[in-house]
Amino acid sequence: MKAVHVIEGRAVPLERSDVDTDQIIPSEWLKRVERTGFGRGLFSEWRDDPTFVLNDAQFAGATILLAGPRFGTGSSREHAVWALMDYGFQAVIAPSFGDIFRNNSSKQGLVIVQLDSSDVEELNQLVKDDPSRLIVVDVERLSVEVPAVGWQRSFILDPMTRERLLGGWDDIGLSLLRGDAITKFEATSVAPSLKGVFDKDGHTLYA
Amino acid sequence: MSAKTLYEKIWDEHVVASPEGEPTLLYIDLHLIHEVTSPQAFDGLRLNGRGVRRPDRTLATADHNVPTDPLSTPILDPISRRQLEALNENCKEFGITVFPRGHENQGIVHIIGPELGVTQPGMTIVCGDSHTSTHGAFGALAFGIGTSEVEHVLATQTLPQQKAKTMAVTVEGTPSPGVSAKDIVLAIVGRLGTGGGAGYVIEYRGQAIQELSMEGRMTVCNMSIEAGARAGLVAVDETTIEYLRGRPGVAQGDAYDATANRWRTLVSDDDAVFDAEITLNAADLVPYVTWGTNPAQVVALDGVVPSPDDALDDDEKDTVLRALEYMGLTPGTKLRSIPVDVVFIGSCTNSRIEDLRAAASVAKGSRVHDNVRALVVPGSHRVKRQAEQEGLDTVFIEAGFEWREPGCSMCLGMNPDQLKPGQRSASTSNRNFEGRQGRGGRTHLVSPVVAAATAIMGRFASPDEVTS
Repeated sequence: MKAVHVIEGRAVPLERSDVDTDQIIPSEWLKRVERTGFGRGLFSEWRDDPTFVLNDAQFAGATILLAGPRFGTGSSREHAVWALMDYGFQAVIAPSFGDIFRNNSSKQGLVIVQLDSSDVEELNQLVKDDPSRLIVVDVERLSVEVPAVGWQRSFILDPMTRERLLGGWDDIGLSLLRGDAITKFEATSVAPSLKGVFDKDGHTLYA
Repeated sequence: MSAKTLYEKIWDEHVVASPEGEPTLLYIDLHLIHEVTSPQAFDGLRLNGRGVRRPDRTLATADHNVPTDPLSTPILDPISRRQLEALNENCKEFGITVFPRGHENQGIVHIIGPELGVTQPGMTIVCGDSHTSTHGAFGALAFGIGTSEVEHVLATQTLPQQKAKTMAVTVEGTPSPGVSAKDIVLAIVGRLGTGGGAGYVIEYRGQAIQELSMEGRMTVCNMSIEAGARAGLVAVDETTIEYLRGRPGVAQGDAYDATANRWRTLVSDDDAVFDAEITLNAADLVPYVTWGTNPAQVVALDGVVPSPDDALDDDEKDTVLRALEYMGLTPGTKLRSIPVDVVFIGSCTNSRIEDLRAAASVAKGSRVHDNVRALVVPGSHRVKRQAEQEGLDTVFIEAGFEWREPGCSMCLGMNPDQLKPGQRSASTSNRNFEGRQGRGGRTHLVSPVVAAATAIMGRFASPDEVTS
């Protein structure tokens, strides 16, 4: 994961609530075994509609998505995060998020900014008034700003997610450092292994 | 020692490390994988020169992509075929047991874990699928993860986790006949909304839950995520223990009793405190149908399509208007008057033997309506074989239902089982999101008996309307 400190860019207002991960990336895109190229599938069922906000030229190139409440609920597909990032988004600002989506985002460096709905609505209005307005999401200071109009809000990230974003850390590498503790735990674990349940071809040995 | 909830007991038993200021490193007892959310994780391992720490705690099955056509039919979609091949190759390379298409143990990942007895009380179980909450029915802490986390578990058999809050959802009393586990959970999701459970692990309690079979408890826990909760739990009792007895994954013979005694402690302490509690009265519950595009948009089968004017605020009003437009529905329309094109009986929510028995009891001796295509997709080959031994396949086929091979199928339409644009379905699955069952498709979530009755009547219906 690449380190993320400050995201400075234009924003696009989605203005829809309950956008689940099936809307972000429909299942037909989930058959691929690659991790790249999902941007084309982003919101693909809505992109045919010329009035859909992502087709509005004045928002082209935006790197911050302004979304409604409960963004990213539903399926655990990390493809939703890959699609948003492949399309060019680096942060999503919304009043609330699906838990698994939030986790997945933190693993990829997509910054999740949770603000009150009234603040998100103010931001929607600010960018609709002037789509060229720059928004600054600062992971170090945990703030969102629209410098042109002096608008500023703070947001909360759990300390570990913030550290990992700033450091671009590899979670797995960190956990592997605890290999001894894992081995020690396993020595006392009561949960059975699958050895003794299946043969090498996956047939069960009992029942 | 202070009183603990079941969640806290399982959590405490799995802490590998709890470093100051960092998430707890939690041990994972069982990692279930399937073809869709794993290929990029295996690639990640190879890129970093990492192995799979515990292939003997990892189990793979093909489910999301598999066609449900006869097994002799080739997989025509080359991208699906490639993904299924990748699962087999990855499992072979890393020494993981895999059930490919057609294998005697193949099926939907959340069906096979419990039926093989590898899902067990007190375990931590993860899978790259949000319906992993299903396994919580066994008093296991089970939750869905993304592909990065799949890679993490493959490499380390652990996950860094923040502790969730706990919510008790109590369903008191006994529901009326005709009210199924699906109706119970639709009522709960309707009550909590799609975000009401976010940040919580739900424990389902009360007489109505205790009286459910394991299949019913799995249906309830399955849809926890539709209320935003990553995991749902039901305490262990004799129903749990009798369900698992003799299954391939558990201790056999007398040794099972010692295991069962350990499992009997997996209940919340009497004086344990939950962070939130809600209570429903089973006597108030009825058969439900979703009318909209999220699973919390629930109405009684006896009810009507709601009006945007009933919305509490402008945001909800917009959501209702958008859903009505997508679903092609007019407020005030009686649900029982709405015709359907397709009926789907299947998915990790409702494709177990008990679900098929319930649907078959309604279908027996009747005929699927001329305007309806009705599919029955058993959750696994084991379910399919059991159903065939009981003659359920004959009941369905004689009534005009398609009897298909197991898989996720039309729940999410990754295989050829899809709705066409504008088609309306009554589906026993878990999500009515826009386009979920096929682009432009309109999904209504129902119980197996309502699905079967609807197939026969050609419109939403309850079993009592079906006359043989």
